[in-house]
Amino acid sequence: MMGQAFFDIENFACGYPSFRLSGIGFSLEKGSFAGIIGPNGSGKTTLFRGITGSLPPLSGRMLLNGRSLQSLSLRKRAQNIAIVSQFVDADQITVEDYVLMGRIPYYSRFQFFETSRDREIAEKYMRLTETFQHKNKLMTELSGGEQQRAAIARALVQEPELLLLDEPTSHLDITHQVRILNLLQQLNVQMGLTVLMVIHDLNLASEYCDRLLLFNEGRIVNQGKPDDVLTFETIEDVYKTPVIVRTNPYSGKPVVFLVSDKMMKSK
Amino acid sequence: MKERSKYFKWLLVVAGLTALLLVAVLISLSTGELKIGLGEALRLLFAGGDESSLEHMLISQVRLPRIMLGVAVGGALSLAGVMLQGIYRNPLVEPFTLGISGGASLGVAFTIVLGLHQKLGAFALPLSGFLGAFLIIFLVYTLSSRRGNINIQHMLLTGVMVSFVASSAMMFLMAVSSTENLHGIVFWIMGSLDEPDTRLVWLTLIVTLLVLFISYLFVQPLNALRLGEEKALHLGINTHVAIKALFLLASLLAGICVAVAGVIGFVGLIIPHVLRLFLGTDYRILLISSFLLGGSFLVLSDVVARTIISPNELPIGVITGIIGGVVFILLMSRKMRKGM
Repeated sequence: MMGQAFFDIENFACGYPSFRLSGIGFSLEKGSFAGIIGPNGSGKTTLFRGITGSLPPLSGRMLLNGRSLQSLSLRKRAQNIAIVSQFVDADQITVEDYVLMGRIPYYSRFQFFETSRDREIAEKYMRLTETFQHKNKLMTELSGGEQQRAAIARALVQEPELLLLDEPTSHLDITHQVRILNLLQQLNVQMGLTVLMVIHDLNLASEYCDRLLLFNEGRIVNQGKPDDVLTFETIEDVYKTPVIVRTNPYSGKPVVFLVSDKMMKSK
Repeated sequence: MKERSKYFKWLLVVAGLTALLLVAVLISLSTGELKIGLGEALRLLFAGGDESSLEHMLISQVRLPRIMLGVAVGGALSLAGVMLQGIYRNPLVEPFTLGISGGASLGVAFTIVLGLHQKLGAFALPLSGFLGAFLIIFLVYTLSSRRGNINIQHMLLTGVMVSFVASSAMMFLMAVSSTENLHGIVFWIMGSLDEPDTRLVWLTLIVTLLVLFISYLFVQPLNALRLGEEKALHLGINTHVAIKALFLLASLLAGICVAVAGVIGFVGLIIPHVLRLFLGTDYRILLISSFLLGGSFLVLSDVVARTIISPNELPIGVITGIIGGVVFILLMSRKMRKGM
């Protein structure tokens, strides 16, 4: 699946009066699993808001499969790009109804009820995300990890080519973090789904992503394979925190260790 | 199968609420100071009879227009409430939270104090109420929008504040008006379904039914907005357009209701809330159910208002407030006990 130009962002700028992303440029191949890392307030979520159309672009362009994203209607954009947020902001709604909402971009103006095909698609992705057994429960009755899996199912029901995830594991314990990331990896490998994920945990980013974009102060300061981005110099420079970078003996990927003040003083 | 059973349940709900509305209409038709049996009332209505008889005039010219207005206003206020609660994602919002009633009351009070209603005729009060309501809506909307985009939380706060200002201005007008004018203002504020001009009754009913139909064009945006404005946008919903359209539709409904029937509070708050307790938050069923139950509730409240201290009549707003509030508190406490 790799090797084909798929998602290109060129000299893109968007933002607010107080904060602006500028000169953003990167290219994702189809089937890649990319991570966006960087300190808080570096512009990671702002980029997602620009991609999804929540924030209007100030300059530059975004191309999906060679087509300008700005030229797509919101509906078409939602058929191609789905987003999973950090928190699932669900109402008193059953898991099945919640997941079925992912079909809204495909409904015609006068369509009030989902078709049998919509339900088949929802069932397929609820089974894949292991949420099918909860389908009649309310979203508020699920644990954080289950809610996040339902949110992924809802995004997959949109049948997107590009899946964006904004810190999907930041509030989960390690079991659920790994379960969610394994699921994303499975979707990426088996379905060729292109994944772009904002993630704070540098070690999880290193382990799961084949490509990393390092943001700082509204710009991309480094991008490439985890080995190229997660270096001692780069991380200390961007995060202003002393770290030790080693290689995971099993995966061969870089591992970042934090260095406390106490450790610094003792050495 | 599960989906089918859900839709079947919805069908039963709509059928049941339609039946309830019919029952409310029949009760209202046959109840009043002058007792007319149900069979006789229906015969007079459909088979004609002596058109100059007191009974015939009472049924066709007094009770029927009143019932039609009750269905329209009750349905419209509930529908406006459910739409506003959907766009604000706040169950405490109702048409009057946003200052709509304050604006309408102010318009009417001005007209009465300046004596314009005596010069301009029967349409003066409804028209001034409608203009007052729309002036406030325009003000709230303009203060909350920036470059064509509206901030809905800002809008809610602005509405509440504008409402306070309108109430204070209203109290000022009442303080400086004569006893006769004061009585006129207070009577109008308390709300009534007694509208002598049947053209206004028909207009209210037609506009309400039309808005009910149009609201279904926005049922998917309303459902998507349950996840929040940004997530609705991610589902391909043009939230700016949907929110603006729904706000204007709800304002139109509330403006017309206040103009024709005065300030009838609680309906837009209580009916959607009660329905949510039993039906959940899917707007596909909530919109039509709100209209039907709101209409039934107001028609039955009017029966109580007309009969409880007969031959005198209580303002309908008193009945909707007391019955609606008590029923609402009981339902909420029952649900809380169940939840615990």
